[in-house]
Amino acid sequence: MTATSKTIQQPKDFGFDADALALKDVAEKFFQDNLPTQKLHALVAHDSNLEHGTVSRWDADLWQQIVDLGWLMVSVPERVGGMGMSAVAVATLVEQAGRAALPGPLVPTLNVSYILGACGTDNADAALSLICEGSTFSYAACNKSGSWEHDTSDLVIEGGKLTGEVHFVQDAQKVDYFLVNAKLVNDNQGVDTTLVAVPANAEGLSIMPNAIIDLTRDQARLQFDQTPIENQQIVSAPGKALEALRLATPALLVTISADICGAAEWQLQTTAEYARTRKQFDRNIGFFQAVKHPLADFMIAIDLARSHLYNAACAIDFEPEKAEQFARMAKAAASDAAAFGSKKSVQLHGGIGFTWECFVHIYMKRQLHSQTLLGDASHQRAKLAELILSQS
Amino acid sequence: MSKNAKRDTPEQEEFRRYCRDWLASNVPAAPNFKPLKNGAEVATQQHLEYYSVWQKSAYDAGLVGCDYPVEYGGGGRTHCQSIANQEMLRAKTPILPGAIGLGMAAPTIFFHGSESLKQRLLPKLLSGEELWCQGFSEPGAGSDLASVQTFAERRGDKWVINGHKVWTSTAQFATWMILLARTDKSDKYNGLTYFVVPIKSELGKSVTVRPLIKITGETGFNEELFDDLEIDDAFRLDDVGKGWQVAMTTLAHERGAGPLTTPMSGGQGLAEDKDSKPKSERSEFPLIKLAQHCVRNGEPAIDDPVIRDKVMNMLIRQVGIKQNRRLRRVPGLADSQRLTLQDKLLGTEYLQDSAALALEIEGPAGTLSNFDSAAPDNGMWPLAYLSSFGGTIAAGTSEIQRNILGERILGLDKSK
Repeated sequence: MTATSKTIQQPKDFGFDADALALKDVAEKFFQDNLPTQKLHALVAHDSNLEHGTVSRWDADLWQQIVDLGWLMVSVPERVGGMGMSAVAVATLVEQAGRAALPGPLVPTLNVSYILGACGTDNADAALSLICEGSTFSYAACNKSGSWEHDTSDLVIEGGKLTGEVHFVQDAQKVDYFLVNAKLVNDNQGVDTTLVAVPANAEGLSIMPNAIIDLTRDQARLQFDQTPIENQQIVSAPGKALEALRLATPALLVTISADICGAAEWQLQTTAEYARTRKQFDRNIGFFQAVKHPLADFMIAIDLARSHLYNAACAIDFEPEKAEQFARMAKAAASDAAAFGSKKSVQLHGGIGFTWECFVHIYMKRQLHSQTLLGDASHQRAKLAELILSQS
Repeated sequence: MSKNAKRDTPEQEEFRRYCRDWLASNVPAAPNFKPLKNGAEVATQQHLEYYSVWQKSAYDAGLVGCDYPVEYGGGGRTHCQSIANQEMLRAKTPILPGAIGLGMAAPTIFFHGSESLKQRLLPKLLSGEELWCQGFSEPGAGSDLASVQTFAERRGDKWVINGHKVWTSTAQFATWMILLARTDKSDKYNGLTYFVVPIKSELGKSVTVRPLIKITGETGFNEELFDDLEIDDAFRLDDVGKGWQVAMTTLAHERGAGPLTTPMSGGQGLAEDKDSKPKSERSEFPLIKLAQHCVRNGEPAIDDPVIRDKVMNMLIRQVGIKQNRRLRRVPGLADSQRLTLQDKLLGTEYLQDSAALALEIEGPAGTLSNFDSAAPDNGMWPLAYLSSFGGTIAAGTSEIQRNILGERILGLDKSK
């Protein structure tokens, strides 16, 4: 993922080759067969008590099938035993998982695999091997206010011990490891942002689940109290963690945008199906332009977001100097499409849409959560403006 | 060799080389007026003369109408018009004044006209010697096109036409009009019949053409009144009562979705790419520069976080539209029809909203027209905003486009 001075042309087809098409088709069928919406509803929405928002609800058997299919290592480089697939292939896989609203640490683990790949150290490669063996990871970096920057972690490593709190950690109850962003205090060189791999059962680590609205995820605050850190757990090269995070940022934005786009397509198709069959005033409600036009607008918003998604994914592999710009566009477009579509999906279902038994709330809640991850639409536009104006 | 050239058939490859050779020495000198961007903008006799000479010359060289059969004045080639179009655009040629004839009338006559009509009309249409206009819309029939009331009454082997057509580009220069008329008042869709009508020869007699002034103050738009215009039955296309189906052929080609490729040239006056590199995003997207130059309340507009957010949002839309067109061509990744049907809506609403944002960026200076020397960007934005409604209203309004998307792609009940 190193930037070159020469401008490389993106392939017209986004690099969407036969391998990518095969992965997409398999994933689409897998989720249709194994996680239909009825099953998802039974899995995550059997309990409507919001006090239980701390509970991690998922199907561990289904997850094992996903691990067995090798989907955790699609973005792990081949040199360490992964599949090394193109970013556009990974994006289409995640889209299908998002369409099924899959509960499980797929996006968190893929994201960590991109960060580890950008670290390029032996320790990072060893952590990537763990992913190839089926271990799951989640990246932990947010401070209490949920900053989306990479250098604002409140965690400190001093004298081989990790201490402090990190917030908004995704799927914390499900993963085997955390990739922790901490400030390493050196003997005399001050502090250095550092990435360390920490097992979920590490000594001195307490996982404190948040009560969240999204039924398809869990989220937690991690408390580290003198957790011992060995040298081989440090996966970033000295002084290079922020550079690795900067390189991986487009991929992190692409995976979450892909999840949003997939979920949005479910929202569109489900709401269109309702508009084709629900009768009021003696007509299917889709006849009325007050229903038809917002659905057309939602479709357009999804397709613009998907166009950005593949452009950004393709840039990761072929035009790295543009990847962050395009990825920020993709996350902004996806987040806005989700906000608009979620609202319409509930509103156009009318009274039934306001109830727990209707499925649309599950996706609306997942989208609300996804919209904020790694920065919402207005944050992405602010970062995009910085990038573009700095070039002038 | 360009990327397009790599996929050429042998016939296309040879033809491309021929086009390039011819264009190397036959692109006319720039006119002494601002070059027009499309055929519907032809407004003066001076425009007409300059562009008609170009169309005739490109036609005589075989670059216009090359996919039509030789017996109808065409070049008798296969899938070569797109090659000629690419090469003409590349050579930055003038526009073709006969755009309505080439894009709408020609394919309709070709698919629905009698043998003798094709032989009589197509050669001079393709050469640009005879211009065409489109007589579809009426004061009472806009989006609801099938409600046209202009009536054609059969009298023996003649038809007598009475009625009122409106919003017609280039009617003041047209020799012919394609006309959708009612022949049966009892059946909305099956009561329509399609004709080709000689209007120029009847001007001041049974046909009146009156100019309409557009929202921008420009001319080029007309209305036509028919008062007992008598035409021969030979000017009918397809059967009596089949007008709606024939009109669909016209509209499909207007949207670029028909089987025949419309001859197109253009690009004259566009800035030369000095180093032949693709244009940077900044030059394709003028709002950033505008926001850096315009001062709002004492500060550069780009430093206003709200303006900045809106400019970035517009940039995201612009890049999204470009990527949407790219995605459309990737099988397996996207539903091509779903994306293609969005294109008109996306493009025209983007132009409108970006012009509105430009006016917001300009603040008080946005009140200045192109005739005020203090206007930023030479006063293009107020005019661009006003003109943009042509895009969102003509050829199926944005509201109709949303109906089409909801009905054809999402399967919702028809709103008619």
